[in-house]
Amino acid sequence: MRHIRRVLFGLLPIGVWFILTSSANSQMSTAGPRGIPIPPPEGMTPEVPSPLTKEPEVFIPLPTKVWAQDLPNDNGTGLVVIFEKAEGETEEQFYIVLIAESPEGPWYEAVRFPADTSFKDDYSSYFPGFFWFRKHKEPRTWHAAVISEVSVGERVIPEKGKNYYLKLLAEKQGRVVEYPQLMEARTRVNWFHTARTNNLIFAVIFGAVILYYIALARKDPNLYIRKIAGLEAVDEAIGRATEMGKPILYLNGMDPLSTLSTLASLNILGRVARRVANYDSELLVPSKDPVVLSVAQEVVKQGYLDAGRPDAYKEDNVFFLTEDQFAYTASVCGIMVRDKPAANIFMGYYYAESLILAETGATTGAIQIAGTDSTSQLPFFVTTCDYTLIGEELYAASAYLAREPRLLGSLKGQDVGKLFIMIVILVGTILASVGFMFVRDLFKALG
Amino acid sequence: MQFLKKQFPIVLAFLMGMLMFVREYVPTDFAESVYNWYVRWDIIIAGFAGVLAIISLVHYHTTKVRRRVPGYGYSIITLAAFWVMLVLTLIFGLEAKVEGGLTPGQWLYNYVFLPNQATMFATLAFFIASAAFRAFRARTAEATALLIAGLIVMIGRVPAGDEIVNFFSRLFAGNEVGASISTFADWIMNNPNMAGYRGIILGIALAQIALSVRIIFGIERTYLGGGE
Repeated sequence: MRHIRRVLFGLLPIGVWFILTSSANSQMSTAGPRGIPIPPPEGMTPEVPSPLTKEPEVFIPLPTKVWAQDLPNDNGTGLVVIFEKAEGETEEQFYIVLIAESPEGPWYEAVRFPADTSFKDDYSSYFPGFFWFRKHKEPRTWHAAVISEVSVGERVIPEKGKNYYLKLLAEKQGRVVEYPQLMEARTRVNWFHTARTNNLIFAVIFGAVILYYIALARKDPNLYIRKIAGLEAVDEAIGRATEMGKPILYLNGMDPLSTLSTLASLNILGRVARRVANYDSELLVPSKDPVVLSVAQEVVKQGYLDAGRPDAYKEDNVFFLTEDQFAYTASVCGIMVRDKPAANIFMGYYYAESLILAETGATTGAIQIAGTDSTSQLPFFVTTCDYTLIGEELYAASAYLAREPRLLGSLKGQDVGKLFIMIVILVGTILASVGFMFVRDLFKALG
Repeated sequence: MQFLKKQFPIVLAFLMGMLMFVREYVPTDFAESVYNWYVRWDIIIAGFAGVLAIISLVHYHTTKVRRRVPGYGYSIITLAAFWVMLVLTLIFGLEAKVEGGLTPGQWLYNYVFLPNQATMFATLAFFIASAAFRAFRARTAEATALLIAGLIVMIGRVPAGDEIVNFFSRLFAGNEVGASISTFADWIMNNPNMAGYRGIILGIALAQIALSVRIIFGIERTYLGGGE
């Protein structure tokens, strides 16, 4: 409890910093009179009503607060014109933004949208502060005309670190009026994606909590970790295979090495290989991915070495089958039916083949242990396997089997993270029920 | 040598892990180029690993044939398919010389490999039936709840679901039921099912961060084949 309190107190200053730094930035604000038409820019021939002679037949309201700025959270090749919704604008009205590299032109149409679209609210990735703090107070009040990748001959503008000139026009029923103020803005490279601030803060805090518990586990190695039935059964499965004189079949899933579930699976493979070597049993590891094959060979070899049985390692037992999903499935099913392994262990990420593999394994009478974070395939494994590691248990398995204090410490840190999320969900639900969306919005993925 | 085998991979994992972590929060072209650089390396490594995989495949099946291991006939077929495909593709290439035509390799792929693949996928329907039979045996309270929820969702998700319920309702009760079974099925999917699903997803996300921290800081190194 003391540690949790420390962690929660540690969050306070970061939260304050986060609130202070996340508001939307703005610059070059200019204000002007509404609805004053001026001659159209070069290349456009709209009918321009003159306010000096008579009232225009079609009233086209213009916004009063307009400015242009660099587009936040992009790679430096975007600009945005932000303006307040004009009083009386209708969906028949269009806004057009023209862009030029000099005040004299030539002008190019950068963006055009109906007046009932393209609000700042729609671009929470660019304006996270607006989303987090103001969205629900002033919904759909500010327009944002995002300008990027405008083709100019063979070039694309805006380019990085350059000044551009922008004009805002409003069009309705073929008539065009122009906002009288010419705007200038400079593109700049953004070095931090502010829409991911919440993500970064949580990742850093959670990482720190895990490292803290790992350090704690070094001092006190007797951490209590709840039992995971599927992992308790690994020894049983290996023992059974040894007694029957049959091999153990281990699959690493269908994903490449870049997937975390495959890495988790390889970590478990190392622990299983060591146990298999101790029991002097046989381990078969058919691989689908060439890179996973190479790593699996090393991992199994090291497992045998760690167990002091390098002589028992057979390189042929960790082999490549095919990269095709169903050809691999057919081949593994063939191995199951012909060699009749005493235990089948399915770890990693699986797709449609999961049920074919597990059902075939079940018909051979093998003890089956599965572990996956593929939520769509979990029901199939639960149905057909004796034990299933659900989601996070797959990632905890290596630490659990190793019983190494530092690894177990990370599991403890993980549980603290879960507690934090449970509290946030509870508080967020209560606040959202009474109309405060702040907590919910703060944890929303925007970028 | 010891450094290259033990410390260097850990240092590399730390640097790459941190680089990819930072990249997520930097929207510049630099971040993009880092990712592209990583993808290029991945392709190069996969290319080399592919050669090792082919050697493993040929060695594995050749050994089985040489030792007359039971079922070695399948290995002969595998080896034959491998060599035939390789030789035909080397001779005739990947592009047909006649427009709209097929190279022998393409013909084998389209008319031998793809039907086999589809056949394997089609067997899934039978496996689903047998798995459903096993899952829906109402032996415990949980299994009974699963059976009832499963039946409601299955009937509610077919276009004729509501008609089926109304038909039986008219048959046995004399009038149609007011509620729609498809609505109830949607409720099950969107509420209890979604709650469980999100719980699992949150657990997975936290576990992935924990594993990443363990790997980046060199605490977990089994995947390197290096033990503790």
